[in-house]
Amino acid sequence: MALLEVRDLRLSFGGLKVLHDISFSVEKGAINSLIGPNGAGKTSLFNCLTGFYKPKGGSISLGGRPITGLPPHRITALGLARTFQNIRLFKEMTVLENAMSGQHCRSRHGIMSAILHLPAQRREEETIRTAGMRWLDFVGIEQHAHRRAGGLSYGDQRRLELARALASAPELILLDEPAAGLNEREKLDLVDLIRRIRDETGVTVLLIEHDMGLVMQVSEKIVVFDYGQKIADGPPEAVRADPRVIEAYLGTEE
Amino acid sequence: MIDEVRTMPTAVQPQLMRWSVVLPGLAALAVALVLPQFANAYVTEVATTALLYVVLCLGLNIVVGYAGLLDLGYAAFFAVGAYTSGILTAEFGFNFWLTIPVAMVAACVAGIIIGAPTLRLRSDYLAIVTLGFGEIVRIIARNLDITGGASGLIGIERPEIFGFKLMQVQHFYYAFLVLALLTAFVCLSVERSRMGRAWFYVRYDEDAAAGIGINRVTAKLQAYMMGAVIASVAGCLYAAKMTAISPESFTFNQSLLILLGVVLGGMGRIPGVVLGAVLVALLPEVLRGAGTYRPLVTAVALLAIMLFRPNGLWPDKRV
Repeated sequence: MALLEVRDLRLSFGGLKVLHDISFSVEKGAINSLIGPNGAGKTSLFNCLTGFYKPKGGSISLGGRPITGLPPHRITALGLARTFQNIRLFKEMTVLENAMSGQHCRSRHGIMSAILHLPAQRREEETIRTAGMRWLDFVGIEQHAHRRAGGLSYGDQRRLELARALASAPELILLDEPAAGLNEREKLDLVDLIRRIRDETGVTVLLIEHDMGLVMQVSEKIVVFDYGQKIADGPPEAVRADPRVIEAYLGTEE
Repeated sequence: MIDEVRTMPTAVQPQLMRWSVVLPGLAALAVALVLPQFANAYVTEVATTALLYVVLCLGLNIVVGYAGLLDLGYAAFFAVGAYTSGILTAEFGFNFWLTIPVAMVAACVAGIIIGAPTLRLRSDYLAIVTLGFGEIVRIIARNLDITGGASGLIGIERPEIFGFKLMQVQHFYYAFLVLALLTAFVCLSVERSRMGRAWFYVRYDEDAAAGIGINRVTAKLQAYMMGAVIASVAGCLYAAKMTAISPESFTFNQSLLILLGVVLGGMGRIPGVVLGAVLVALLPEVLRGAGTYRPLVTAVALLAIMLFRPNGLWPDKRV
């Protein structure tokens, strides 16, 4: 059974239909992509999957558990993490504090044990910090741990968003345009990083991306959107050859 | 080494390690400890008020500075504590110390009643609701028999500790000093813990915090309740010191003064908030010489501070 199952998902804002009966699935351990022209509904779909939007109909399940309509923090706790299209770091906090935020839903000590400085609480703090450092190290920015997150270079901010999402110990990670604004060199590093996420940590990856070269390079399966509808779904070669895709999407690229 | 410590973030590197905070802190503590031995009753009285504001401002700082919730009715929780303790000792003969846990529970309940439905609102709506809540509590206190109506509650018992009765202003000065130190310790502990960080995450980017697995409503509610509990404890001790309380001690003006202390000093971090609280208590006394011009001079002084130090006198230098 697939890790992520989306069935007949519908979303509308007032009278505007944003998503029409979308169905697709992502297998465990896969790297898949969502592509489509701007305004096709890709980010809206991500927002439905992560609980930021409430779909009008249909169902979403993660590892067999229904997650449709749950609030975002519950969905993250169930193992679905995300990054944002426009980087959303806690800019005024340190890089390490940002990475540590992912561990919140994996830890439990509250106000009282912090006031009493319970040994178990001290140990948990240590675990959170270690996990934060581990993921900073994984994405390669551990040397910046104590800097202000907003002061990082653009590429490093993207890496930090990844580290933060990974620190929540997800089964599936959704990346919303991870290559946006990166130069060619950084894009190569990103391809490498995305593969390492899957190969070294076993986390399944679903990404939205406009950079066709990158998408074709990393994805095992591609789902194509246009005007809120799924128009194709398959391996890169098949999608590339699909006449509807060429017409709707690649055709516009000249 | 010094440079290294300085570049360390406050929340990750314990704040106690920073000499720029430790030295003034120790000096202030030393002065605070011996002050009543040298000062006259008037100065001790003003200093006691300053310590009361330190406690209240530290409590409100959890709500405003940590969690980023604009609360315009904070004095209501101060009132809940003062009236709970006052009524229980004056009307029902409770021991003062037993009234503190009761007041804490009462503040928690009040915090949940007002917070649970409203903390989903974004900041400006929340400000209006808390403003209304503050007025409701004051008007209820004005109109109930058990709270003594507009004239208030009199004959509140002085607390005893190990057979020693707190009577003079010096006694209450030290009681408030202990409470202020305790509050600062509690704030510092929580600030550097998982929940403390969660408040900052919610304050800086609510959506990103939710997306990373933080229940924003629970986090805000906890900040709100913790602030409420601190204000209620301050209220208990305040009632015991005054022996008489009336609704006029818990007006919107009071809420504003506490908020002013938080913003003036630099919200978010403890040293700034303590400084702001002391200023709020001292400014009216220092400016007594200005006579009828005092409100004007105060306003000009505050405007100048906000113009030249928009982040507060001792701002939160994160990272």
